[in-house]
Amino acid sequence: MAMSADTIVELIKEGLPGAEVRIEDLRGDGDHYAAHVIYEGFVGKSRVQQHQMVYKSLKGRMGDELHALALQTSAPE
Amino acid sequence: MSDQATNDRIQDYVNKDDVVLFMKGTPIFPQCGFSSVVSQVLDHLQVKFQSYNVLDDMDLRQGIKEFSDWPTIPQLYVKGEFVGGCDIVREMFESGELQQLMTDKNVARAS
Repeated sequence: MAMSADTIVELIKEGLPGAEVRIEDLRGDGDHYAAHVIYEGFVGKSRVQQHQMVYKSLKGRMGDELHALALQTSAPE
Repeated sequence: MSDQATNDRIQDYVNKDDVVLFMKGTPIFPQCGFSSVVSQVLDHLQVKFQSYNVLDDMDLRQGIKEFSDWPTIPQLYVKGEFVGGCDIVREMFESGELQQLMTDKNVARAS
């Protein structure tokens, strides 16, 4: 199973309104992506909490349909 | 849902050793790139760690994801606390935060 970059960006933006999402398909197989998510709501959250917020927006697909998502999260400067 | 027994078992594992790594494969024979990165980081930091191969234990493989509310493997625990998966461990290692955490928590060194 694989996912398209657009679907991932859409889901993250739906779950984290106003987030900026930069995504890169690492291997062109729809299964290995790197994403950088910049979101106001990350302020004051630990890295683990920030990543969990992104995984929740992906509604359970992380680890199933989506094998690998190298994730980087930050709040806007 | 993973059963209470698995949950209790995981709680024991993370309390028993200072540093615990749930991974795919073993430090000598990692079966996944992400798991291999984390175990190499721990080797580099020269801290003693206990690893558990989730590929040998399906209850553990599912249970650990619910235990930490984290969907992927590997998972690193220091003094019973979930630190993160491959991305976070690598980011913390590169910034020096992981070394600091080990020092602050007085983690046992590899002999």
